Amino acid sequence: MKGVASFRRDFEPWNDGSARPFIQFDNLTKRYGAVTAVDRLSLDIYEREFFALLGPSGCGKTTLMRVLAGFEEASEGAVYLEGEDLAGRPPYRRPVNMMFQSYALFPHMDVAKNIAFGLKQDGMGKGEITDRVAEMLTLVKMEGFATRKPDQLSGGQRQRVALARSLAKQPRLLLLDEPLGALDRKLREETQFELVDLQERLGITFMIVTHDQEEAMTMADRIAVMDVGQIVQVAPPAEIYERPASRYVADFLGDMNFLPTTITSTKGDLATMEGEDGTVLKALNPHQATIGRNAWFAARPEKFRISRNRPVAACNVLQGEVWDIAYLGDLTIYKVRLGDGTFIKASQLNRDVMADDPITWEEQVWLHADPQTALVLPA
Amino acid sequence: MKTSRFTVWLPYLWLLIFFLAPFALVLKLSLSEPAIAIPPYNPVLTWEEGIAGWWVDLKRLSFENYRFITEDSLYWKSYLSSVWIATVSTLLTLAIGFPLAYGMARAPRAMRPVLLMLVILPFWTSFLIRVYAWIGILKKEGLLNQFLLWAGLIDQPLTILNTDVAVYIGIVYSYLPFMVLPLYANLEKQDATLLEAAADLGCTPFRAFWTVTWPLALPGVLAGCFLVFIPAVGEFVIPALLGGSDTLMIGQTLYDEFFKNRDWPVSSTVAVILLAILIIPIVIFQRLQQREAGA
Ligand SMILES: Nc1ncnc2c1ncn2[C@@H]1O[C@H](COP(=O)(O)OP(=O)(O)OP(=O)(O)O)[C@@H](O)[C@H]1O
Ligand SMILES: [Mg+2]
Repeated sequence: MKGVASFRRDFEPWNDGSARPFIQFDNLTKRYGAVTAVDRLSLDIYEREFFALLGPSGCGKTTLMRVLAGFEEASEGAVYLEGEDLAGRPPYRRPVNMMFQSYALFPHMDVAKNIAFGLKQDGMGKGEITDRVAEMLTLVKMEGFATRKPDQLSGGQRQRVALARSLAKQPRLLLLDEPLGALDRKLREETQFELVDLQERLGITFMIVTHDQEEAMTMADRIAVMDVGQIVQVAPPAEIYERPASRYVADFLGDMNFLPTTITSTKGDLATMEGEDGTVLKALNPHQATIGRNAWFAARPEKFRISRNRPVAACNVLQGEVWDIAYLGDLTIYKVRLGDGTFIKASQLNRDVMADDPITWEEQVWLHADPQTALVLPA
Repeated sequence: MKTSRFTVWLPYLWLLIFFLAPFALVLKLSLSEPAIAIPPYNPVLTWEEGIAGWWVDLKRLSFENYRFITEDSLYWKSYLSSVWIATVSTLLTLAIGFPLAYGMARAPRAMRPVLLMLVILPFWTSFLIRVYAWIGILKKEGLLNQFLLWAGLIDQPLTILNTDVAVYIGIVYSYLPFMVLPLYANLEKQDATLLEAAADLGCTPFRAFWTVTWPLALPGVLAGCFLVFIPAVGEFVIPALLGGSDTLMIGQTLYDEFFKNRDWPVSSTVAVILLAILIIPIVIFQRLQQREAGA
């Protein structure tokens, strides 16, 4: 897509028609009684890809992984690994390891034995196991804890052991169900870095569930946003952020301002529309909304520029009163109330917020967003 | 504060009144000499001469009964045979109880209370009646023999009643719930995702059972085994009703000593030694549990 680059490597097998998917979900449906946890889902994941699953609680992320790992049978559809249907293949014969959301550490084994468990099943030599366990413990920064039992660890430490245990076998595909949720920010960032490094060194394919969108953005090659058993959009981080396919995706990833409009004209990639109070708005129109249709004008807070003077622009100019200010350190977020009562969030980098005369509460301000940074989204 | 101390002491108080005090009486009895009297022994450590008299009494204590028991082979053979029968029955109960408890714990959640009920149901009828019923099943012209003859599996009725086999059957049948319940409680609360984790790491279901389920079930296995073994060693009713003349169990020996020979001191001695034998596994059990908790 124009204007949106893949930031990491030259890795875009999903755009390469000849690339063979590593994992293929083909119209997969998984039902629990009356509940449809995964609903006719199709998805291709490529070898060495770092794939992130995002979605609200209960949308079927864990279920999707459990089908892939072999703990649940598909109700309909199939899952292929390198073209081979996985149906009927038990979990212990799949080149897949999963890190469980609940960790599932063996309570009767110490940390080292937990990590060594999978290696022993493979019949790896004793010395080699010791080395690998030590390596994994270093990786998750748990060197001093080899002889502790799981119930003698904190939540974050348990999570790291679970991660180490799933990584130890260095499988071809790793499924991580919220692997870093219990870690503090610093440790999480370090571990993210280690994971990416490990992936590049060993060529493991990762599928990771996370509730932390920043984590998904920094680590993943592609992000899939799920909603009640279906995938709504799959795209690289920048694309999914800059060009969300729907209001749902836009809302789920980051903040987005929405204004209801009617399309008045289209020209090239751009559409002109009219707000409810007659404001002229202009934005990119990737979904080819046609004249006369109702649509959302959508723009992220950081796309707005806030000023005391009316900007010199023919469109996307909004006026309002500063209702609230949130100072976040690197950013300041202004909540601006427009004439009709709707609120717009606009964020400004704090490069010059400490200026002599900063914008403050109850001031009348003008907002402007470049048409190239705003989007028309289907109503 | 006071109430919490009280609740801590309550079980000890219970133990004192219903275990330690009677045990002290039995111990005292075992150290006295038999006599033709009512009650049939010469009391020791009486209150008649006050505390001062105890010192004299202490020297008079007789360990004769203990010496006697070690000398007469009937007693140690009874002990040995009881421990043997109890051990075999415990292992049999475990072999039957474990798959039962395992099946119950893996049954659909809605079925479990029903299955649990079925395990507990026999307790609703008298233990004695249930053991009696086995006579009807096991005797020569009993149900079991009739069935086996009818099925053509045997052509002569088997002699089961009044043998050790009948005692094993009786004990296993009677104590099975005591094995199943702690095992079920343990297996039911085992986290099923642990087995998934094991499978995920390349473990076949068979291996996963031995590396995950079984070690985690050990506390339940131990509890079940002790709940069966301890009462089985001292079991009296089952060998009396189902066992033969050569079935030797300490409960019967004790009964005979008490009621037939009217030798209260010796029967008390038998009881004290039995308790000493049973305390050994209990202490081992406690040690294991402490190690489990402390490790
Ligand atoms: N064993 C089960 N029996 C019945 N329903 C289930 C079962 N497992 C999951 N579900 C249902 O399937 C849906 C998807 O569950 P799933 O665990 O995949 O969600 P999730 O996306 O992982 O959520 P979270 O982010 O909270 O972990 C939910 O509605 C859940 O209640
Ligand atoms: Mg989940």
